[in-house]
Parts: sequence; structure tokens; C-alpha cells
Amino acid sequence: MFSTIVSQVINGLQSGSIYALVALGYSMVYGIILLLNFAHGDIIMVGAYVVWYSMSNLGLHPVVSMLLAIIACTLLGMLIEKLAYTPLRSAPRLSLLITAIGVSFLLENGFQLIFGAGAQTVPTLVSGPSLSLGSVTVSFPAMLTLVVSILSMAALTFLVQKTKLGKAMRAVSEDMGAAQLMGISLNRTISFTFAVGSALAGIGSVLYLCAYPQASPTMGSMLGLKAFVAAVLGGIGSIPGAMVGGFAIGLAEALVSAAGLSVWKDGVVFAILIVVLLVKPTGLLGKPIVEKV
Amino acid sequence: MALLSVSDINVYYGAIHAIKGVSFEVNEGEVVTLIGANGAGKSTTLKTISGLLHPKTGGVEFQEKSLLGVKPHKIVEMGLAHVPEGRRVFLQMSVEENLEMGAYTRPGSEVDPGLEKVYAQFPRLKERRKQTAGTLSGGEQQMLAMGRALMSSPRLLMLDEPSMGLAPILVDQIFDIIQSLHKAGTTILLVEQNAQMALSVADRGYVLETGKIVTSGTGAELLNDESVKKAYLGG
Repeated sequence: MFSTIVSQVINGLQSGSIYALVALGYSMVYGIILLLNFAHGDIIMVGAYVVWYSMSNLGLHPVVSMLLAIIACTLLGMLIEKLAYTPLRSAPRLSLLITAIGVSFLLENGFQLIFGAGAQTVPTLVSGPSLSLGSVTVSFPAMLTLVVSILSMAALTFLVQKTKLGKAMRAVSEDMGAAQLMGISLNRTISFTFAVGSALAGIGSVLYLCAYPQASPTMGSMLGLKAFVAAVLGGIGSIPGAMVGGFAIGLAEALVSAAGLSVWKDGVVFAILIVVLLVKPTGLLGKPIVEKV
Repeated sequence: MALLSVSDINVYYGAIHAIKGVSFEVNEGEVVTLIGANGAGKSTTLKTISGLLHPKTGGVEFQEKSLLGVKPHKIVEMGLAHVPEGRRVFLQMSVEENLEMGAYTRPGSEVDPGLEKVYAQFPRLKERRKQTAGTLSGGEQQMLAMGRALMSSPRLLMLDEPSMGLAPILVDQIFDIIQSLHKAGTTILLVEQNAQMALSVADRGYVLETGKIVTSGTGAELLNDESVKKAYLGG
């Protein structure tokens, strides 16, 4: 019993760290332009196809394919921002939101058109020794996922807290007008935010493939939605919140499975969303919404 | 040739004609003030100069270069700093980070000397450099907003209502600072509702009424002008 719980907790941390990486992108973009970027989940899907295509069709090394996928996700995120969101900078927020949903549909259906609706199997990406802790074994992909996510989050925290561009990001997300008066370029800073968020989604995508080696056109929507719930749970717009929320959602899913209720896994996640929105809409670490006077 | 010259600008908010043919100049080393009632168009004028709003017609020239169509962040780079109404410091960032943002357009090597200069001018900010700006009092936030603007080593500093919402003793302090900046050679364009204070520190002033300049003159002239006295100086 104990070892089942421990190994489920490890599973929960593994998927939770992927949710956290994806949730960071939602939160950062929301923090800076108040957009719920519903195309964010589909970037994961594109990353998965890049890995699959480079390995199965181009015969590239797994590590090269994974790096290519992360680069492709980063560029795609920036491209979407430039083409779809920049022209709507001063449009009502609802137009932006609908555009994001449109981009999501475009990506899902575009990939279905090109590669078919079925799932593509991705060859094994990583293999290595698993770690035995008494009766519990931790697989190599699980360890790798945890280490890579924690390193990515530490790097992001450093970037946002200590570097000039990271500080500019915080300034823009707090007060766009005042940030411009400091000489900060909005276009550059927003583009950089999308690049970072999408790179994290790319990392999330390849880590996801380590555990579930399949690429399908709609794989990003459920993963994206759950990461979105994680971002809301942590407090949308808050970077530490997204990390906490991601791990919390992963653990909640794993514990529901450990209790033998794995069919309820998705339901529990969305129940959490409803409860958060009813009880504490600003999330665990989100800031209360201040009315500007 | 004036450092800043605004010629016959017309600015609209949608259908509302907010600025109707305003022209004025600021020369190197001067303190020039725009005074007028709430809604006269003072802040709109500053926002137009710093590129946040665009005039429908007319021109804005700074150091003999047109600012029309130049992005706000580029205008800062050209040496024009704007302390907006309501201070607009970054409340969630520390005092020092706010100042660093002020030096965003400057090379990294200028940040530390800039910080030293600002801390010498505003010792209170040095004491609080690690605190988030949201924990500062209104007066301290105003000092931070001014210090932040000075971090870009501007040729022209535009201050929008620096005395707004401050206790009288703090208002005096802010105006002392404006005077000492003036003595140090900083060129300042000051927008104020507190006409008495503004005119007493200004070399020249312009009176703005519903989007038009109605009177102009030296600070002393305007302080003694009957119509200005009646409308803005409490009789």
C-alpha cells in the first residue's frame, strides 16, 4: 500500500512538472497582455510532431530531434504572437481570446490535414538505469523529467528576477504605459515573453513524449487545458503560482488514481477549477485584483 | 533654437477635440510650466510629446528632430524623460529595480553611477532601496518616480502633477527638489494644478484652458496677472 502511494506520488510529480512547465507559458502571457492563450497547448502538439518527424522520417538522433522541437516551439510561439496577436494589441480582450481559440483550431486541423487524425508512435527517446528505493522504483524518464523541469524553472526564476529583459517583462506586465516611458520596447518584450513561454512548452512537450511516446493532432488540447487549470489554481499571472499549481494538479491526478478512481482523473482536475473559481478566483499565489482609481 | 518646440498641435480622443492648436517652446536650462484646471489638456500635451498620443496635425520637435511617428521608447532614448501623472512607479518591484528600469536605455556601465547620483539627491530612497515600491509613502513614490526619470540622464524632464495628493510639507519638498534640479542645469517642463508653486519656480509659464493657450509670460508676470490670479491663485 505504502509503496503504491509513493510510486503514484512520483508519477504525480512527473506529470505535475510537465503541467507546471506548460502552465508557466499561460501565466506569463496572461501576466503581460491579459490573454488566455488557448493556442499554447497546441504548441506542445507541434513539438511532438517535430520530434516524431525528425526521428522517424529524417532519422535524426533523439537529442537533436528534441532540441529541434524546442526551437520549433519557441519560433512558433513568436510567430503566432506576431501574426495573430500583435495586430490586435489595442482591440478588446474578447477579440484576442477568440483569435487564440482560432489559432488553436487552425493548428489542430492543419496537422490533422497533413499527418492524418491517427496517432504517430514516437521511437524511444531516452533510456537509462532506473533508481530503486526499497520497494519503489523510479524510472529514468521520471528522474530526467523532474531534473530538467526543476532546472528550467530555476533558470526562468533567475531570468525574471535578475536579468534586464526579465525585469523589463515584470515592468511591462505591471504597467505597460509606464514601461514605455522607461524606454522599454513593448514589441520586443512581449515577443520575448512568448519565446520563453513557448520554449518551456517545448521542453514540456519532449518530456511528455518520454513518458507517452505518441503524437496526435489533439494531444495538446487536454494537456493544455489541465495546465491552464494549474495556472488558475496557482493564480494566473503568477510565476511561482504556475509552478505550485502544476505540481498540485499532477499530484491530485496521481492520488485519485492511487485510490483506484483513475476514470475520475480528468473530472477531478476540472472540479478543482470550478472550486477555485468559486472560492478563490485569484488562485493560491495570485494577487488580488486592484481597481485602478 | 529651442530644445523642445511644439507647434500648433491638435489632438483628439475619438471625436473629442482635446488640444486645439497649442504651441510653445522650452529652451535649454529653463523651467517652463503649463498650468490650468483639471481637464484643460495639460497631461494630454505631455503624452503627445512623449509619443503615447498622436496629434492629428501640428508638429513636435526635440533637439531639432521631429518626434512625430517616433515610438515612445525611442523618444526616451533621445533624452526626453516623462514622469507621468499619478507617479506610476512599479509597485511590485523594489526601489532599486525601479531605478534600474529608468536607466533601461542607457549602457550598463552607467547604472551604478546613476544610482549613486539619485541616492545622493534622494537619501530616503537609498534607505529603502530593497523595499518594494508599493510599501513607500506617496511622497517617497514621487521621489522614486523623479529619480527613475533622472536615471536616463535626460536632456528634458517632464513632470506631470508632481504635487498631486501630497501633504503640504511634501509639496514643499518636491518643489525644493525641482529648484535644485534647475540649479544643476536640468531643463524641466512642469505641469501643475498648484499654479502658485509652479509659477514661483518657473522661468516661464503658459496657461491652458480647454485645450488652448490663453496667456503666457514669465513666472513673475503670470503671478501678478489679474486674470491668472482670479482663476488659479485664489483671487
